[in-house]
Amino acid sequence: MYEFVRGPLVWIAFIVFVGGSILKLFWMYLEARREKSVLPTLSFKYGLRSLIHWMIPLSSRNQRLHPVVTLVSYLFHVCLLVTPLFILGHAVLWEESWGISWWSLPDDLADVMTLMVVFGGLFFVFRRIIAPEVRNVTTWRDYLMLLVVIAPFLTGYLAHQQLLPYKPMLIIHIITGALWLIAIPFTWLSHMLWFVFTRAYMGSEFGAVRKARDW
Amino acid sequence: MADLADAQVVDPGVDDQIKKLTPERIQRTIQRVIKQESAARLKVYLQTCVHCGLCAEACHTYLSRDRDPDYAPVAKVKDTLWEMVKRKGRVSPEFIKNAARIAFTECGACRRCSMYCPFGIDIAYLMMTVRRICALLGVVPQYLQDTVNSHASTLNQMWVQQDDWIDALIWQEEDAADDLPGLRIPLDKEGADVMYSVIAPEPKILAQLIANMATIFNVAGVNWTMPSLDGWDNSNMAMYSGDFEVMGRVERAHWERAMQLKVKRVVMGECGHAYRGAVYDGPKWLGWKEPPIPMVHAVEYYYELMKSGRIKIKQKIKEPVTVQDPCNIIRGRGLHDKLRWIINELCEDFRDVDPRFEHNYCCAAGGGVINCGPNWKPSRMKSIRVKAEQFERTGAKLIITPCHNCHSGIEDIIGTYKLGMHVSFINELLIKCMEMPEAAKEPA
Repeated sequence: MYEFVRGPLVWIAFIVFVGGSILKLFWMYLEARREKSVLPTLSFKYGLRSLIHWMIPLSSRNQRLHPVVTLVSYLFHVCLLVTPLFILGHAVLWEESWGISWWSLPDDLADVMTLMVVFGGLFFVFRRIIAPEVRNVTTWRDYLMLLVVIAPFLTGYLAHQQLLPYKPMLIIHIITGALWLIAIPFTWLSHMLWFVFTRAYMGSEFGAVRKARDW
Repeated sequence: MADLADAQVVDPGVDDQIKKLTPERIQRTIQRVIKQESAARLKVYLQTCVHCGLCAEACHTYLSRDRDPDYAPVAKVKDTLWEMVKRKGRVSPEFIKNAARIAFTECGACRRCSMYCPFGIDIAYLMMTVRRICALLGVVPQYLQDTVNSHASTLNQMWVQQDDWIDALIWQEEDAADDLPGLRIPLDKEGADVMYSVIAPEPKILAQLIANMATIFNVAGVNWTMPSLDGWDNSNMAMYSGDFEVMGRVERAHWERAMQLKVKRVVMGECGHAYRGAVYDGPKWLGWKEPPIPMVHAVEYYYELMKSGRIKIKQKIKEPVTVQDPCNIIRGRGLHDKLRWIINELCEDFRDVDPRFEHNYCCAAGGGVINCGPNWKPSRMKSIRVKAEQFERTGAKLIITPCHNCHSGIEDIIGTYKLGMHVSFINELLIKCMEMPEAAKEPA
């Protein structure tokens, strides 16, 4: 079992994630060409201006109106992207399999960042339950997506701490991690792919066409 | 749940029309719009939304109706497009009726929510897509559809006939000449620096605004003209009904008239949606990146005339004033600083609104909402309480707004919420405050 998840499953997950993402992006490019005014409207300058204003916490009015959501969401996303790439446990695997080595996070910091993803995810679950405007548009799929995102971090943490039997936990960790990667191109987790483009397009329409600010 | 009184509003354009729908027609139409007419934007927007509800804070309808979650922008998409896509167009006539009420009367396409979505999802565009589906199904509020019928047959919004148009111009020319002897409204003057275009409600019900503008052009010594034939109306209600074929025809006629007159620029009166139609929604549908001739909004033009000293101010308005930032020229053109500069030149006591600039609340009349007719007015008034409260906080007596829809909407707000204020266009104030040439003072 371990041999399978450690080998072929991880391969499958990466191929589906990378291949699926490339196909999706290519599909979007073709679709964008069908709308005569979309690509000519895109502006590097104004797209970037908008991205910067929405990526620096509290620099847009709506972020200031929701400081807690903004802060949690910001930490959640940073930890979510950085931890899997730079955690020591993964760095060792890269080195063993490919012979490449890079900088890795100190153990304690990695633990905190992992827990940040878990608690950030739980915060979003909680928010979906208590905020009426969010509960109104939430379905079981939204909870499932949050579970898919939290699971590899929670299981990774448990495996690392060895609070539960190590080997089974490690297998579950790899399976949930693979599921997460596979889900990205095909669910609303694809906002990871689209964010830059939707933001840049709105920024371009506001900046280049309407001469106004969108933050 | 939607407000029961709103759900029971009688509108033949919706109620009678849905009786003619068949399941096949509904499905075919929805699939056509979603699969053929739309492409990257619609699909990516629907895939990107994570249902976070952060757009709610943007919407005046949601805020005014005690934060009822059903009025949040994302909820409006959920109750319309999400279902249409999920059920592959297999929705009932009753569903279409509900969707039409949401898209035409509870959303003004003011695009404030597009500024509040962290991903920059253009939610107003999604609502316009719902309107498009409704329009293709023939389900459009009756009063709004009437303006579109007028556009389709007369190329103007208010059934103004050719002789009425000329008559209104001559009448206003005579009126303005009372104060400024020798004043003319030059018609069809080829190669003029400026073509002035208006919206059809001006000759129909607010003709004085044309005389005001003629006076301003004459005092400033502008080489200007107005078209005598179709294409003089720059308004476009078809843009808001979802009848984009007619929208394109109206915009093309307007720009072709300007090209035919070989003018250098088109200056337009104080209207918001006409700017949007002429500068981006129209060109986008026609496949143009931008209009063939620069379009200058009245606010930009007054600023230019005043800043360069061609129009001088001799006295200021004394009563406390505030402002309504129209969505289509502020969020749609960033004219808020110029607007405030003009107001400060004209008025002694200006009290700004909060929130302001791009973040200002919509008037709830624009986007075709007021054009849906009197039956929808009670609903519209429920959706705009935040605007009334915002004005009240300023303590002003006069509200200045350079937009026809804002103007009418705010008159309704003042009446309903008993604000004891009044509304004015800029050109009405400019006429009172500007310096007239010596000749004007001599008895005629």
